[in-house]
Amino acid sequence: MTRQEIYDRLLAQFGESVVAFSNEPFTQFIVIDTPAWYHIAQYLKTDPDLYFDSLMCVTGMDLGPKKESMEVVYDLFSMRHRHKITIKVVGPREDFHVPSVESIWRVADWHEREVYDMFGILFDGHRHLKRLLLPEDWEGYPLRKDYQVQEYYHGIRVPKIKPKKLAP
Amino acid sequence: MQGLTHFFQHIGISSAFWSFFIATIIYGVFVFTFLALFALVAVYLERKVSGHMQDRLGPMRVGWHGLLQTVADTLKLLAKEDIIPRNADRLLFVLAPVVLFLGTYMVFAALPFGPGIIGSDLNVGLFYIIAVSSLVVIGIIMAGYSSNNKWSLYGGMRSAAQIISYEIPVGLSLIIGVMMSSSLHIGQMVQAQATGLWGLGGIFGWNFIQNPFAFIALFVYVVAGTAEANRTPFDLPEAESELVAGAFTEYSGMRWAFFFLAEYANMWVVGVLGAVVFLGGWNSPIPGDVYVPGFVWLFAKAFGIVFLQIWARWTFPRLRVDQLMVTSWKYLTPIAFFNLVGVGFWLLLI
Amino acid sequence: MRDLRTEEMTLNMGPQHPSTHGVLRLKLRTDGEVVTSIEPILGYLHRCFEKHAENLEYPGVVPFVDRCDYLASMNNDHGYAMAVEQLLGIEVPERVEYIRVIFAELQRIASHLVAFGTFGLDVGAFTPFLYAFREREKILDLFEMTCGARLLYNYIWVGGLSHDIPPGFVEKAYEFLEYFEPKIKEYNDLLTNNKIFIERTADVGVLPADVAINYGVTGPQLRASGVDWDLRRDEPYSIYDRFDWNVVTGVEDMGVLGDCWNRYYVKILEMQESARIIRQALDRLPVDGDVQAAVPRKIRPPEGALYFRSENPRGELGYYIVSDGGTKPFRVKMRSPALSNLGVIDEIGAGWLVADVVAILGSLDIVLGEIDR
Repeated sequence: MTRQEIYDRLLAQFGESVVAFSNEPFTQFIVIDTPAWYHIAQYLKTDPDLYFDSLMCVTGMDLGPKKESMEVVYDLFSMRHRHKITIKVVGPREDFHVPSVESIWRVADWHEREVYDMFGILFDGHRHLKRLLLPEDWEGYPLRKDYQVQEYYHGIRVPKIKPKKLAP
Repeated sequence: MQGLTHFFQHIGISSAFWSFFIATIIYGVFVFTFLALFALVAVYLERKVSGHMQDRLGPMRVGWHGLLQTVADTLKLLAKEDIIPRNADRLLFVLAPVVLFLGTYMVFAALPFGPGIIGSDLNVGLFYIIAVSSLVVIGIIMAGYSSNNKWSLYGGMRSAAQIISYEIPVGLSLIIGVMMSSSLHIGQMVQAQATGLWGLGGIFGWNFIQNPFAFIALFVYVVAGTAEANRTPFDLPEAESELVAGAFTEYSGMRWAFFFLAEYANMWVVGVLGAVVFLGGWNSPIPGDVYVPGFVWLFAKAFGIVFLQIWARWTFPRLRVDQLMVTSWKYLTPIAFFNLVGVGFWLLLI
Repeated sequence: MRDLRTEEMTLNMGPQHPSTHGVLRLKLRTDGEVVTSIEPILGYLHRCFEKHAENLEYPGVVPFVDRCDYLASMNNDHGYAMAVEQLLGIEVPERVEYIRVIFAELQRIASHLVAFGTFGLDVGAFTPFLYAFREREKILDLFEMTCGARLLYNYIWVGGLSHDIPPGFVEKAYEFLEYFEPKIKEYNDLLTNNKIFIERTADVGVLPADVAINYGVTGPQLRASGVDWDLRRDEPYSIYDRFDWNVVTGVEDMGVLGDCWNRYYVKILEMQESARIIRQALDRLPVDGDVQAAVPRKIRPPEGALYFRSENPRGELGYYIVSDGGTKPFRVKMRSPALSNLGVIDEIGAGWLVADVVAILGSLDIVLGEIDR
């Protein structure tokens, strides 16, 4: 199925929960309403025509303090029908709650933990949401655009990351 | 050692007790020196053999072609700091290598080095050896427990189970030699292998050719003996890739060197016992040969078995703990029993 | 007797341990020798790759990408370069494509050699490890001849390569293939058909196919469970559709589909298939062409996002690159195969003995560099 067809299917099934659709090159995604994500995910996985049994990648994105929003991007793939789709959920930079899909696709277990670790996006319903890569008592969410690294960690001085200036 | 005692009496120390005492000390030192030298040679051999099997050279720099490598290693170990973990049980921690080494060292009191070169010419020599060599289990458990380290504990437990289980096939196989020579005395066992099939002597006198059951028993013995010495494929207690060094993880320096020494001493014991019981002891394979002294043949055969153990270590993966137990209880022990019964019938009927 | 009970012991494996393939910490809860649960704790090798990538220009990200999966650097470079080239919409010359495929497959062989060598080491077989590294030396010689580095190359750039292959490379590569192909038989004798090895790995840690897909396991681990899926054939990128080779899946000779033995055996056979591809690529290598012809001066992709995936020796390596129109990427997310592969260890490792956990971990073939990035 093409992306247009998948979008039409979702629109027919869930109506207003499907917020936006874009199909230009390199901007192909479907934006859906965050609270409905869990049910849409279940539908995407179990419906025989869509059957997205493989969640390829979960990416968090911080669009910056100016745009005041963060996104979580899910890239889905169906091994049976060989079609792909990208789903986005958009939310505020503070206190962004997304329903967790780790019980639907177990691969999301660690991927969502990593998004939480790096961005501070909370996944409701995740059974063990704790930091994955950073130590559990680290402060702050590093991949945010306005992240300032903490001064000291357990008495050790933390060096600042400075953006590099490369030779032209 | 009888000879030594008489020697001292001869040169003037009339008291039987003192000459015996001095002879004992000298023999003890001799055994210890032999052990140290053997460990030197065996470690060098192992590193060179493993190197060549793995398409590399092994030690090459220290001395000509690395001959002094083990000497350098020993010096290094002697100079190392003695570390005892803070929460370790100090007494047991210190005693463990002693007990382990003792178990092996005591075996050497009755182990032959050649015709007549034996510490204590016991009537029940073989029985004494098998009995005393089990002391090492206590040493390993002490080491595993006292290290205050869960991994060491695992290693100690596994090792205890392993050694106890494999004592049985070893014992059963060695009894075959006893049956065939009607004696537990080491000298008499070797003597009984002097003549054999068709009165030919030489290699045809050796036990393992006398009847097919003894032939199988030799293989059972070598496999079980490798397990007794904690060598791969049975080296779970020191499984490097799982338990770092198993029961001996927390030991460093000279304490660790004792464990190491004991392991090679164990290998040697397995080799000598196999040579004495199955391979004709110090008898030459060539019938009627009197030119080469007996101890050369004994050493050659023992080294052969030691080489087999080294070879097996670098070739095979290691068995898991339950597979190890299965091998011992479900395979080796029944085969050993079968051999025993078979040899019994053979000797009765033939 | 009523008060006697066994307790579960919490055992810590790592971060420093001979068998955890890097700085990985596994918290095992064991009941005697049987493991009841495994909790991996990651992050010991976290080097903030994704944050760095936001501060570097597109070509500058390539060395960082190298260091993520340090055993498969060429494949990492390749994936990233292809992703950015798709964003830019540029095509690279034929010669560049062929050379890229040759290097990617050589790297795949090198990576599988490490994988099965260390797997043998985990199980206790010391010698195959050295034989594998002996073969690997020859591959690293080829790499050193071309770009000067043995482990981290920075070779496959966006739009081309950093150096052309030197004269004498093709002959040496053929020599290597002649030398390498009979070695597979040696490995089969030493490990694959060895009774002790089979007892240690067959029927151990079985991963069913649907669980594998659900957990996002990819690569040889997925194929060993019987799923016939290889990105080089099913979503062909570069010029892989021009070569004639087979996709290797698990067999039921020694155990069941999806056990450790199959995960190991698939890697052995994949090395053979990679050798085939290299030979075909060397045969058809275009003689001339400038490897730097298509390298753009300034890389400034249009706004947009792209998820591009390629077949790493460990599985599906994905790059989600978001561009805001500038010279530095807005977001680079690396979907590392080893992270998802490791995630399945609690599912398949619980209920086995400690020694089996080591074998299962070895068969999953993880590299901490790309898990932690």
